[in-house]
Amino acid sequence: MSTAIDIRSVVKRYGTATALHGVSLSISDNEFFTLLGPSGCGKTTLLRCIAGFEDVTEGEIRLFGQNIAGLEPNHRPVNTVFQQYALFPHMTVLDNVAFGLKMKGMGLADRTARAGKMLEMVHLSAFADRLPSQLSGGQQQRVALARALAPEPKVLLLDEPLSALDLKLRQAMRVELKTLQEQTGITFIFVTHDQEEALTMSDRIAVMSQGRVQQIGTARDIYEAPVNRFVADFIGETNLLEVTVERIEGDTARVILPGGHAITCAAVGNGPGKHHISIRPERLSLAATGDLEAVVERIVYLGTDLQLLTRLTTGEEFHIRLQNSARTALPPPGSTVALHLEEGAARLLAD
Amino acid sequence: MKGVRHYPGFLPMAVACLIILYAPLIVVMIYSFNGSTSITTWGGFSWRWYADVFTGPEAPRFKAAAWNSITIAVLAATTATAIAVAASLAMIRGGRFRGKSATFALINLPLMVPEIVVAVACLIFFTTIGLTTGYLTILIAHITFCIPFAYLPIAARLQGIEDTYEQAARDLYASRAQAFRLILLPLMMPGILSGFLLAFIISLDDFIITNFVKGAGMETLPTAIFGSVKQGIKPNIMAISTMMLAVSVIFVTLSYLVNRIGQRTRA
Amino acid sequence: MAGMTPTPKGNGTGYRSLVGPLLLPTWVVIGIFLVLPVALMAVYSFLTKEFRGGVIWDFTLAAYDQFFLNRGLFGDEPPTLEWTYITIFWRSIWQAALATLICLIVGFPTAWFIATRPPKARAIWLFLVTIPYWVNLLIRTVSLKFLIRENGPLNESLMSIGLITDPLPLVNTNLAVQLGLFYSYLPFMVLPIYAAVERYNFALSEAAADLYASRWVTLREIVLPVVKPGIIAGCILVFVPSLGAFLAPDLLGGAKTFMIGSLIDEQFRGSQGNWPFGAAAAMILMTLVLIVLMIYARAQTKGEAR
Repeated sequence: MSTAIDIRSVVKRYGTATALHGVSLSISDNEFFTLLGPSGCGKTTLLRCIAGFEDVTEGEIRLFGQNIAGLEPNHRPVNTVFQQYALFPHMTVLDNVAFGLKMKGMGLADRTARAGKMLEMVHLSAFADRLPSQLSGGQQQRVALARALAPEPKVLLLDEPLSALDLKLRQAMRVELKTLQEQTGITFIFVTHDQEEALTMSDRIAVMSQGRVQQIGTARDIYEAPVNRFVADFIGETNLLEVTVERIEGDTARVILPGGHAITCAAVGNGPGKHHISIRPERLSLAATGDLEAVVERIVYLGTDLQLLTRLTTGEEFHIRLQNSARTALPPPGSTVALHLEEGAARLLAD
Repeated sequence: MKGVRHYPGFLPMAVACLIILYAPLIVVMIYSFNGSTSITTWGGFSWRWYADVFTGPEAPRFKAAAWNSITIAVLAATTATAIAVAASLAMIRGGRFRGKSATFALINLPLMVPEIVVAVACLIFFTTIGLTTGYLTILIAHITFCIPFAYLPIAARLQGIEDTYEQAARDLYASRAQAFRLILLPLMMPGILSGFLLAFIISLDDFIITNFVKGAGMETLPTAIFGSVKQGIKPNIMAISTMMLAVSVIFVTLSYLVNRIGQRTRA
Repeated sequence: MAGMTPTPKGNGTGYRSLVGPLLLPTWVVIGIFLVLPVALMAVYSFLTKEFRGGVIWDFTLAAYDQFFLNRGLFGDEPPTLEWTYITIFWRSIWQAALATLICLIVGFPTAWFIATRPPKARAIWLFLVTIPYWVNLLIRTVSLKFLIRENGPLNESLMSIGLITDPLPLVNTNLAVQLGLFYSYLPFMVLPIYAAVERYNFALSEAAADLYASRWVTLREIVLPVVKPGIIAGCILVFVPSLGAFLAPDLLGGAKTFMIGSLIDEQFRGSQGNWPFGAAAAMILMTLVLIVLMIYARAQTKGEAR
């Protein structure tokens, strides 16, 4: 598989503030790649650097081997779906979709035909002559997609395109976006702060924080094998416990849990001493004897699941998720329970 | 029980406000159709003073003055609008730069300095550099004080246009010039029209500055009217006033409609 | 949510590099035709007057001396404070302040009333209040004069309904000038206050009412402090042009209501003129206005800092 985008040690500074601290990553052709992170992590800045709206301070961005740093946005074969869509309010839907083709010099008949085809693809042929303001949010979103895809960019950039939609539409659009990416075979770079979005659509995800890439991997990788505390905490729900590391052998570690019980778990980095492990709340079960002891404080009913808010006998808050089944016997609040860690449930993290 | 928005006495005050604002204008409008030669007695409805404006003894003077007023207003408003469009692009889209707040103060300076002071300063300046006062000096002065009036609505409109539209255009292979011509300019158009209309009316309206820099023999409508009313208010002045009033009302309505259309194209 | 990274607005639109050329016309036009003339006017105020209008390029403080000091008929007596011009300035300030106050008393309820109408009615009211602002000031002043003159429609109708027996001598009085200023600048008061009231969160009034405040206490304790910026802006917009007003005092007033505008105007008319003195009076007027604007700007920045 060839590399579509190669980002090499990109630094972006605004005056004294640094938005990107040497970001490097490479994205393959045909990949659905997501930049995931909280507000202010630098994901949007990175996207704008690829699009050409911002100059990089240091480093280079290669598009199929060609360094595009310094190219004006109109000379880059990448197109963007903007967060608020940025549909030209004074042009019809069709003119919006045909705009890029017109700028590339395509004749009227050809571009009208192609724009029409694009509208067909997003099921909006009937709306070609409307103004953007006459469409619903979901329809505007699809026009924005059609407009960005019409000139057949090599890479499509999507800047939180679903954030302005309501939940139901958002869920439907996830499927539609993924299908569209597979149909067109164009590389998608998708920016979001919504982990569910990232996990459901992406081939690979780059988790970003404070201008740095924390981890790159598939949805499964970053959920099950987070490399550091930030990723473990940001993706999904987790319990972070401070443990004493006895020794590390290869990629496993011998650690002592609060309460004194020792276990062996997967490890990334870090030598002996006080460090953190992550335990996902659903990778635990109640047992007669276990690795940890906790007092049940509250039970929250979530439908398919039950959430137990407990406190370890050593004082730390601890969450447990149990599947809701008829057989689940629930300990009453105030009772002490023993928790059994499933195989591979705990993971020693880098700080 | 009335809501917190209601205050007793505010409605009569608002109505009184409108009456005070309109009574003089309506009275003059009515008397402009007075058939009598005396302004004090009502002599039945008549168009005679309107005819007098166009054909009476003072007609050539008013025609020349009207021509000057309109051409100066068109030229001054056009020039001021062009300058204001350029300035607003720099001020709103140019990011931070040195001297930005000084430039902002400079643009608004004509609004802050009292008119009579501007008038005196212009007269002194034109006299000193030896420019004969007349059409050209009026035009220059009008362009200068029209700039902020054109600037305000244009800048306000531009402020409301997200820069993502231009970025989207650039992203879709438009050059800078194309992004300006095809996207930004049409989106700015309601603001530009408002700015132009405002500048036009302000130029047409001006008396004090024009009166100082016009020189002998040159008249605009306000100075001609002022010259006439110094000898007392005659019915033909009321006819002219009514026509100017009508022009103003048409212009406000136009600018109002332009803004309405502008709001519709706002995403 | 977009990234919180400081992305300066306008980045990537390409106007950053064009700031200089885009602003050049503004700088040139306002610089040459306003800043330079005002500077020249300042210089003129220190020159010697020429008797047929114009100046002799000899630097002197004569204009300011004439404004502030009285040295007797032949200029040889010990100087005392000259009251003639100070009185004119003082009268102008007083007239402008009074006009501002009246505009505020009428303008605030009007603005409030308009801002609390349903949207459609609000648009119509706003439209009606704006129209007079667009009508030529000279025409408005002339119309007012026509209405209130001795044999004018106002007196005629008041007499015909028997409210008065003799026509009220309105023209050439302070009252007429007041009325003229009020009439000229009322929209300037209404519009900024309207803008402030429109943004006012009426839940604040409801909260005050909920906490046992009466309507008028709420107005004084909650509404006025919150919409104060709009009120101050309106006051400035009325006060500043009233101070230098020329048309209203000139057309509606008489010798007793002589204001700064007319005083300055007179210095540049024909052979009676005194250009350096007129320039000096204009300088003093401008200084007064700048002081008012500076107080306003300081109040604004203080308001923002809160």
